[in-house]
Amino acid sequence: MLHIKCPHCGIRSQNEFSYGGDATIKRPELGKEISDQDWDNFVYNRKSLRGKHWELWQHLSGCRQWIKVQRDTATHEIFKTLKANEEIS
Amino acid sequence: MQKYSVFSLVKNALSNHQNWDLAWKDPTPKKEYDVVIIGGGGHGLATAYYLAKEHNITNVAIIEKGWIGGGNVGRNTTIIRSNYMHDDNALFSEFGMDLWRRMSQDLNYNVMFSPRGIINLAHSDAQMNTYARRGNSMRLNGIDAVLLNREEVKEIIPMADFSENVRFPIFGGLMQPSAGTARHDAVAWGYARQADDMGVDIIQNCEVIGFDLSAGKINGVRTSRGDIKAKKIGLCVAGSTNILAEKLNMTLPIETHLLQACVSEPVKPVLDKVVTFGAGHFYISQSDKGEMVMGGDLDGYNSYAQRGNLPTLQHVLTEGIAMMPFLSKLKMLRTWGGIMDMSMDGSPIIDKTHIEGLYLNCGWCYGGFKATPASGWTFAHTIAQDRVHELNAGYSLNRFNTGHLLDEKGLGTKTWIS
Repeated sequence: MLHIKCPHCGIRSQNEFSYGGDATIKRPELGKEISDQDWDNFVYNRKSLRGKHWELWQHLSGCRQWIKVQRDTATHEIFKTLKANEEIS
Repeated sequence: MQKYSVFSLVKNALSNHQNWDLAWKDPTPKKEYDVVIIGGGGHGLATAYYLAKEHNITNVAIIEKGWIGGGNVGRNTTIIRSNYMHDDNALFSEFGMDLWRRMSQDLNYNVMFSPRGIINLAHSDAQMNTYARRGNSMRLNGIDAVLLNREEVKEIIPMADFSENVRFPIFGGLMQPSAGTARHDAVAWGYARQADDMGVDIIQNCEVIGFDLSAGKINGVRTSRGDIKAKKIGLCVAGSTNILAEKLNMTLPIETHLLQACVSEPVKPVLDKVVTFGAGHFYISQSDKGEMVMGGDLDGYNSYAQRGNLPTLQHVLTEGIAMMPFLSKLKMLRTWGGIMDMSMDGSPIIDKTHIEGLYLNCGWCYGGFKATPASGWTFAHTIAQDRVHELNAGYSLNRFNTGHLLDEKGLGTKTWIS
């Protein structure tokens, strides 16, 4: 069982959260000319590496906020959590 | 090679089974091969076998980081089926069904193929309609499909919950009678033994460290047991695809996720079909030893941990108990996890890449085991002829770019939600 520290509510069990995927993916800017490859990278292509991984989770059965979590994909250790609007440093 | 038969069994019994030949050798890697297959799982071994058998390419090495058959081919729930609606999936899988039916004879190895049938349960009128549609599509592609009503399902699996006041009543189901199961390890070992006999080098405990590339062409691979030259390299590494893609500077429409399975204590024969729950994701069959073999959802977040986490297992087994209440009386014998290469539309990729001489086989999601022979056959063709076969033309890498997705389940890019 993962224990995720929601930046709004504190430590909660994994059961309260749902997963939202890679948090480093940025949507191409609106109003700009976007190549098919840029869209492809945004929608489909993922690094999905072994090791530290920034990802989005939603505290669905809690405060319902989206948060960013840095987790190790091999050991499941959680290093850091951020609010959705905080930048990954 | 020693042929396996009842006579060889009797003959070796006389010498206390001390004189059997080794099933495959343990060669030292050569400096150069015509083709190197990375990944000694079911698909990699099958690819090498069909390269040798169908294309007479025998100067082939299989490079495996651990031991052959130790990954997902040793960890799956052994289900074999071709109950797909889309033509590309249906024709590919049904081609595989033909190979499954002949496999024990072809490989001279009993893979214990058991075409016992699979039933997908339906729990609403709407689901019955979609099953009717899928069943019709299957029959148009020459695959056996039978739409069962509630009473017919009850005849076949009376142990399921047919009471009136349940959350997901059984309306009926879609059955593919020719689907079934097989002994997973035997598939890997059977392919390995035949490939080895035809001259393929199976190199275990050999990790890929990097690739030798120049001017968009592949020249070879760097491994923990030295550099190996090859003009053609096939990547067949399932859950480790993203790790090797990183070394090739490629970003793929693949995420790596954890999938769990489990078996109960062995019990007397009770279930002679593969059954899937239609209101969630749960599947069950009974092994020859009597264990109930069960599986379902991914854990739902990117993971390379080959071990499970309890919340998902609880969720999956809750579905199982809703479908077959007697399961709650059973003790759990074993649970385990494997890492899946989840593609963004739920369908696999068997294709060439932008690097000349590099071929890609990945994205098997939940369905890698059943695809083993067809995947090996088509991947071998793609490598040998340097062009895709019509059977795997739909499994192209650039379909995500062009919009020709093969979204069998209609899940979009979130195949890990399911």
